[in-house]
Amino acid sequence: MQTVFSIGVDALAYGMVLFVISIGLSVTMGLMRVVNLAHGAFAMIGGYIASYAARDLGLAYAVAVMLAVVGTILIAIPVERLLYHRIYGQPELTQVLMTIGITFCVIGIANYVFGPTLKTIPTPDSLREPVSLGFRTVSAHRLFVIACGTAVALGLWYFIERTAFGVKLRASVDNAAMAAALGVKTEVVYAVSFAVAVGLAAFGGVVGAELLPIEPYYALRYMVTFLVVVSVGGAGSIPGALAACLLLGAIDTTGRYLMPEFGEFFFYLAVIAIVWIFPRGLAGRAK
Amino acid sequence: MMALTMNTGTLSTARDRRARLTRDAIGVLVILAVAVLGYLLFPNNLALLTRITAIALLVLSLDLVTGYCGVATLGHAALFGAGAYGAGIAAAHFGITDPIAMLAVGVVAGALAGLVSGAVVLRAHGLPQLVLSIAIIHLAHEAANKASGWTGGSDGLAGIMPDAVFGLWQFDLWGRTAYVFGIVLLIAAFVVLRQIVRSPFGMLCRGIKQDPLRVRAMGASVHGTLIRMYAISGAVAGAGGALNAISTQVVGLDSLSFTLSAEALVMLVLGGTGSLYGALIGTLSFLWFEDVVSAANPFHWLTIVGALLIAVVLFAPKGLYGSLAALIERRGRKGR
Repeated sequence: MQTVFSIGVDALAYGMVLFVISIGLSVTMGLMRVVNLAHGAFAMIGGYIASYAARDLGLAYAVAVMLAVVGTILIAIPVERLLYHRIYGQPELTQVLMTIGITFCVIGIANYVFGPTLKTIPTPDSLREPVSLGFRTVSAHRLFVIACGTAVALGLWYFIERTAFGVKLRASVDNAAMAAALGVKTEVVYAVSFAVAVGLAAFGGVVGAELLPIEPYYALRYMVTFLVVVSVGGAGSIPGALAACLLLGAIDTTGRYLMPEFGEFFFYLAVIAIVWIFPRGLAGRAK
Repeated sequence: MMALTMNTGTLSTARDRRARLTRDAIGVLVILAVAVLGYLLFPNNLALLTRITAIALLVLSLDLVTGYCGVATLGHAALFGAGAYGAGIAAAHFGITDPIAMLAVGVVAGALAGLVSGAVVLRAHGLPQLVLSIAIIHLAHEAANKASGWTGGSDGLAGIMPDAVFGLWQFDLWGRTAYVFGIVLLIAAFVVLRQIVRSPFGMLCRGIKQDPLRVRAMGASVHGTLIRMYAISGAVAGAGGALNAISTQVVGLDSLSFTLSAEALVMLVLGGTGSLYGALIGTLSFLWFEDVVSAANPFHWLTIVGALLIAVVLFAPKGLYGSLAALIERRGRKGR
């Protein structure tokens, strides 16, 4: 029972971290139709900034998180203007190559600047202590991560379903040319959603640093996981991405607990099975 | 030249055929000349040259599915690894040490892996297709790691002792036999693939890349054609894997890695997709570049590869060979 409970909490926390990081990828992919393999690199940049701010400058955790999100967005803007702008509407292969190139560059630079070691982000004491739920104690950090994921899901839902900007965003996802003809400034919609996506990636990278440790190969190691989540969930769908994250988080965590010697074997087997049955993703729409 | 071949289409007159054969003969001679040059310039580095030859077969095979059929995959090393492990296991566990037989086992193993991974990858399109291919290579990697009784796991499969080729040429310490063996294999594969890509079957594949819906409307089977091309591609990649197993006498898990798959794709695009020459040029320049740069500064290797990729996408989207061919064609038109 204890095992089942701790698997459940860990799986939920892991799934939420995946969700926070990859939901931005899912939205931009549904919106701009860009296969962005460099998304994990932005999460990694966020982690590095937070680690530098909290550990080397001694700033508070909340400040470090803010700095990481803002800093990553500031880094991403010129990258988007100079590089991503050129590959909108290009064939997939071109997009894959460009974004893999960006990922390699980021890894190389991170390796050079910060060294190949793991970077920790010191968390405040209140997150380090276990919390009693009455019948069980849970790590406060796991609860914090789960709360963050829930907040992001609710916030995004409100942003997309209830605000004027959300209407424009959904219109652009459905038919960018028609939305532009009706007076929606799709360029602005693209830019804002790219910034939000990158900011969320950085946020997820910092919050989930205990589950997905920050190191130079982070961008490549977890890139696959983020892509898997998006394609399993169906690009551009928030409920789909949430379902995919929780499902894959559960499969991966259970596999690691019960059969650690098999590594990620079951994870990838499940991925093949799910994509085989739902080639457009759990919540994918027919084109 | 690519455009010329396409314009004439399948209406081949005898003169066209002769012109193509001449062109193929020139291609074979160029490969041979480069091979001899490599042998004379780097007599102490034949192992690297043999590895380039083996990887060239992998990139050629990737070109068949990505360049000619338009299937984006990041898991093509699974086919290469299947060939390598097939040949290696045949030699280490079943005592099949004749290099030609090992090669045959590798080709068959590669073709089977091609059939399986083709059936899986072709199930989806776009991003899910890419993800399926990534899942395949990771699954294959984990499986090979687990089945250490057969594959040696992370220690690698050792104990591969190939006999002499035709009982005449022993594999020597300097890798001369392996190098010649590899070059002969590469030229044979090149000649066969030239015939395949310009056959009606190859033309059908190109048609599918351009417009699958229309090909289906014409009454051809899209899925069946692609699966067949995948099997052919697997055979070529398997031959490359077998060559690697025979020449290095060891098979490691890196032959089933995501990195190798991604690098093969990078080489292909660097050279130019949709052309066998592009695949060869891409492999040669990438691996030569890697050797030079990683010897000079191993730390920045990844950064430089990344910058190289971005530069290719921005400035030479058709790859080295494609851009060169376009330039020559423009010059030729101006001259006329």
